[in-house]
Amino acid sequence: MDILNALVAFANFVFVPGLAYGAQIALGALGATLIYGILRFSNFAHGDTMALGTTFAILVTWGFQALGITFGFLPTALLALPFAIIMTAAFVLGTDRVVYRFYRRQKAAPTILVIVSLGVMFIMNGLNRFIIGVGEINFADGARFVITAGDFRAMTGLTEGLAIKATQAITVVTAVIVVGLLFWFLQKTRTGKSMRAFSDNEDLALLSGINPDRVVQVTWIIAAGLATIAGVLYGLDKSFKAFTYFQLLLPIFAAAVVGGLGNPLGAIAGGFIVAFSEVMVTYAWKKVLTYLVPESMAPDGLVQLMSTDYKFAVSFTILIIVLLFLPTGIFKGKSA
Amino acid sequence: MKKLLLASTASVLLASTAGAEEIKLGILIGFTGPIESLTADMAAAAEFAMKEVNDSGLLLDGSTLVPVRADSTCIDSAAATAAAERLITSDGVLGIVGGDCSGVTGAVLQNVARPNGIVMISPSATSPALSSAEDDGLFFRTAPSDAREGEVMADILMEKGVKSIALTYTNSDYGKGLSEAIANAFIAKGGTVTINASHEDGKADYSSEVAALAAAGGDLLVVAGYLDQGGKGIIQASLDTGAFSTFGLPGGMVGDNLPLAIGPALDGSYGQVAQSDGSGSATLIEMGKEAGFNAVTPYTMESYDAVALFALAMQAAGSSKPADYAAKVMEIANAPGEKIYPGELAKALELVKAGVDIDYEGASSVELIGPGESAGRYRQFEIKGGKYETVTFR
Repeated sequence: MDILNALVAFANFVFVPGLAYGAQIALGALGATLIYGILRFSNFAHGDTMALGTTFAILVTWGFQALGITFGFLPTALLALPFAIIMTAAFVLGTDRVVYRFYRRQKAAPTILVIVSLGVMFIMNGLNRFIIGVGEINFADGARFVITAGDFRAMTGLTEGLAIKATQAITVVTAVIVVGLLFWFLQKTRTGKSMRAFSDNEDLALLSGINPDRVVQVTWIIAAGLATIAGVLYGLDKSFKAFTYFQLLLPIFAAAVVGGLGNPLGAIAGGFIVAFSEVMVTYAWKKVLTYLVPESMAPDGLVQLMSTDYKFAVSFTILIIVLLFLPTGIFKGKSA
Repeated sequence: MKKLLLASTASVLLASTAGAEEIKLGILIGFTGPIESLTADMAAAAEFAMKEVNDSGLLLDGSTLVPVRADSTCIDSAAATAAAERLITSDGVLGIVGGDCSGVTGAVLQNVARPNGIVMISPSATSPALSSAEDDGLFFRTAPSDAREGEVMADILMEKGVKSIALTYTNSDYGKGLSEAIANAFIAKGGTVTINASHEDGKADYSSEVAALAAAGGDLLVVAGYLDQGGKGIIQASLDTGAFSTFGLPGGMVGDNLPLAIGPALDGSYGQVAQSDGSGSATLIEMGKEAGFNAVTPYTMESYDAVALFALAMQAAGSSKPADYAAKVMEIANAPGEKIYPGELAKALELVKAGVDIDYEGASSVELIGPGESAGRYRQFEIKGGKYETVTFR
């Protein structure tokens, strides 16, 4: 019995990574859910919007680094974030102008818009590879760790170490700030209120004099901002490759659907549910259990429910279960 | 044209001398496909060796070797089998240098070479599965099996006092074969493998893979992957979470990019890579420069050596019939005898004719073990200050 070591091992391999990953997924899902709530289609290009936003952030970061500007112990990319958001927002607004507006005027069905977004996704995907290439890019600078496993062991004298990467801490803090700002914006400001009104009942909103073009524009800008932040945080914490963001689309939509599409609170809850399910189902519990149970009962096997290769299957399974039993999600979004 | 005329005149002249014949050897490697960048040099080296033999005029009383190229495609077994059929039935080759990739080599061996009784010497197939393949004594390779790398790695680990390892491999035939070889060899020597799990290349995040590896535990983590791919991600995530601090690095993880990306934390990790320390390799590199091929290209030295083995085995048997010379291949390749290096084929042919024992070393330090595959030389290294420092050769 060694509860402390078990807790530390759990925190090091499940809780901390799950928390950071969950925050990244939640930010991505927030953007997707906003688009769904207001523009009424599932934006498949969201993953690649994240990638493109990160690309812009990397380019600006390189510019800053070339000029000798850094952000102390924080990654320079955070400094580049506002510029990257502006560039990404300009890009998606351009896309809306060139592509989506046409279909909106036609009053196209949501399914058509989904396929349109799929086309946009391929274009963005290709464009992004043109700009930044397909190789792995590491753009994290500044301090690497809040606490390393070795230091933790030395401090506490435990056998297990707990490592908290700086990027994990930054991810969680940034996510909290961003989510706070978003909810304040949606609840308190006039534009936010008009967005919610537009989402709840489009006709009524139009009758009461809300400018639909403005609502659409603000939605795109916010979604672009959320996508860029999520993308940069993910890239800082893990690694950046132009095509890996495409793979994030599944957990992001799983999170949005679990929480209830169109419901911002649901997207956040969904993000953490998906992230922790992925990590916990594929984690080998042998070490933690060995600490917890008496020696005679220590497990021989790995006590792993599923091999890590099947990580994506977890998102799929959650998606299917929710769609079968709770089609509107936990927080009662618009039906998926 | 002039050269061709000369060559044909020469061959007619030679053909007319008593007992001399034109011995065709197939070069069955992937001129198209995933390793096409290697095969140009491989074929050039093989043909260079044939030229050296022909120039000496000593093979079987003035017989000559004639190359016939065929494309194995590296991945398409059906195409490789068809190409091999053509070599044997229509061109009438008496031996095949090839195949190249393990999959097609196995297919050609079973479907064409064995039924027709033709000897194959592969310069580049490394799959352990080929060691146990039924070959009627017809299949040899100048490339070492990955099983051999597993043995070498297990030896190194044992010497370092490692009792248990966690093992992860890139999800491919190469990774799987190598990881099984390492695991089997290590367990046979009394070690424990706590986990043997695959990882996919090209992912952004390997923290959950590392979490499983860490849960299984072990003195060190052996990463049978690629240095620019998942292998690097696994090492980075292991160091970040403090799961492992020392790594065992097989050949796929050797390259300057790795210490560059990981930094000083990689110091103290060790492993091995197939590399020859023999003087023969330097000789062939020099000869290649003059003849216009790059012997540093992987498996080029092995290609030269494959042809040399054919010629010397035929000389030793006094016959170009596969059934006669197949048994001689092991004899001339291994000790005892006078050591033979690249550029000394004429001397070797003379010695063999005189009945003197030879030990063909060649460019890649050829020593055939087990079912006729290269023992392989491995450079054991340890990473110190971001450099792969050579510890010893095995």
